[in-house]
Amino acid sequence: MTGDKSRAGSAERQRDGAAMPAPPRARPGRPLRPAQLRAQASAWGFIAPVVAYLVAFYAYPLYRNIDLSIRTYTVASFVTGNAPYSGLANYSRIFRSPTFSPALVNTAVFTFVSIAFQFAIGLALAVFFYRRFRLSSLLRALFLIPWLLPLLVSASTWSWMLNSDSGIVNSFLQAIGAGPVDWLTSPHWSLAAVLIANVWIGIPFNLVIMYSGLQSISTDVFEAAAIDGANGWQRFWRVTFPLLRPVSAITLLLGFIYTLKVFDIIWIMTRGGPATSSTTLAIWSYQLGFGSLLPDFSSASAVGNVLIIIAVFFALIYIRARHRLEAT
Amino acid sequence: MKRRSWWLTALGVLFTAAMLFPVYWMINVSLTRTSDMRKSPPHLIPVDGTLEGYSAVLRQQLPYLGTSVLVALGTVIVTLALAAPAGYSLAKLRPKGGGALNFTLLIAQMIPAIVMTMGFYTVYIKLGILNSVWGLIIADSTIAVPFGVLIFTAFMSRIPDELVQAARIDGAGALRTFRSVIMPVSRNAVVTVSLFAFLWAWSDFLFANTLDSGGALQPITLGIYAYIGNNNQQWNAIMATAVVASVPAAVLLVLAQRYVAAGVTAGAVKD
Repeated sequence: MTGDKSRAGSAERQRDGAAMPAPPRARPGRPLRPAQLRAQASAWGFIAPVVAYLVAFYAYPLYRNIDLSIRTYTVASFVTGNAPYSGLANYSRIFRSPTFSPALVNTAVFTFVSIAFQFAIGLALAVFFYRRFRLSSLLRALFLIPWLLPLLVSASTWSWMLNSDSGIVNSFLQAIGAGPVDWLTSPHWSLAAVLIANVWIGIPFNLVIMYSGLQSISTDVFEAAAIDGANGWQRFWRVTFPLLRPVSAITLLLGFIYTLKVFDIIWIMTRGGPATSSTTLAIWSYQLGFGSLLPDFSSASAVGNVLIIIAVFFALIYIRARHRLEAT
Repeated sequence: MKRRSWWLTALGVLFTAAMLFPVYWMINVSLTRTSDMRKSPPHLIPVDGTLEGYSAVLRQQLPYLGTSVLVALGTVIVTLALAAPAGYSLAKLRPKGGGALNFTLLIAQMIPAIVMTMGFYTVYIKLGILNSVWGLIIADSTIAVPFGVLIFTAFMSRIPDELVQAARIDGAGALRTFRSVIMPVSRNAVVTVSLFAFLWAWSDFLFANTLDSGGALQPITLGIYAYIGNNNQQWNAIMATAVVASVPAAVLLVLAQRYVAAGVTAGAVKD
């Protein structure tokens, strides 16, 4: 997606280490000539607003978040403005909390299971739509709808569909002779319920990306495989799938990062309950900070920072994968 | 291909119908009478349909819808104003530190919104912009700005350098070039970024619920949320509001499908 310029820039950055700014274009080691200085000044003029914005509305809130997590912040602190420094006490408290391990396990299960189903179904549909039949582009467009709907809308709809007494899903299950399931109110099923809704929402994203990944593969390759006598199954596993590997890696990583932060769906459907059965780290953080009349911002931001560390870990792998894709 | 494509089409229609069933169900429930709501098995089509849900929307939800339009448009303007110039600079002017900025934007995109809410909350309390539309616009724009810069950068680096050089030879400065040469040919990027900024701001629930839950002007997501909390029985009104809240997504999909696809694949697929 990025053009030649930024690709060259990223190659240079890799050579110099990721944290270093890109070197000047003029031969390195020499001071900038006045013309170059003027060019740099105008180049910076155009990015200055975004840089200021990032500092004010990303860096500063994040700094505040770290600050919150190493102090004991109470409702009174908002008024008086002072909160005693408490070091890593908030972190050790959340690690020892009985909610921590269910939240971590639920986050992992929710993320991995969501991704596995979204990706498998999305890829299968991409391969299906790649065969281009009458109405295929219209139907493919319609598939985008679940992804475009406000999450709150999807979550409310699924809540009603999965309602124990009046939901269509249980009516259907009863019609085929299966028992009614307390999707949202049983601790055994609540995570499955939010997973179903989340997989549904994520399928279009995977479909669209894998479809355009397929389109970027030259049709010659498929023709050559067909001439060599490969059947459809072999063509997929031996030709298509290996060629899709870079795009797949990126789709999966983006999926991980997006799924880690899912909040709306779970909050609307189960509020993380019953008990902690569908509580993820994002939900737990919200519950601590905003879920009760006695907000515990310090613990909430400590949980949030744990979530950031996990997200950034995957983000760095993603950026590496992207560079590798662009280098090919 | 022609001869056997009919069964592919049939299969495709079947898959699409299954996928869109929840959307159909939302519409069906929005037209169901309250007295039929708990019927078992439920009506599969709205027999004896009613518009009482929609009249409840008209009576109670219009201010929420208006606020959502305002917030979404505000977010689009903020996002474009910040992202387009930055994209131009990163694509064409080679600023020192541009690579580091790109890297920062990629990371910024990955930060969970739940973490941002707490930082924003403490900052907004101090600035006194908690529960204000402006505060919500700024918070919502953080979802779209990094994406916007990446889209503009990618798009603008495909504009031929000759075009920029020709403008310079004609005596245009960087600002003039940006306004009169770059922006007019970047219409597709503007549409893609605006569309996503609008949809994300329109759909936002988390920022609205934490930063604007006591505000005089609240967006439609909070309207639905209040419905769910208050009158658990009136599901036709809840679903009617949900249907109305889905209209922008549907309109944008019909009018701008290729831009949607372009935005989804940005960053994931090399072209």
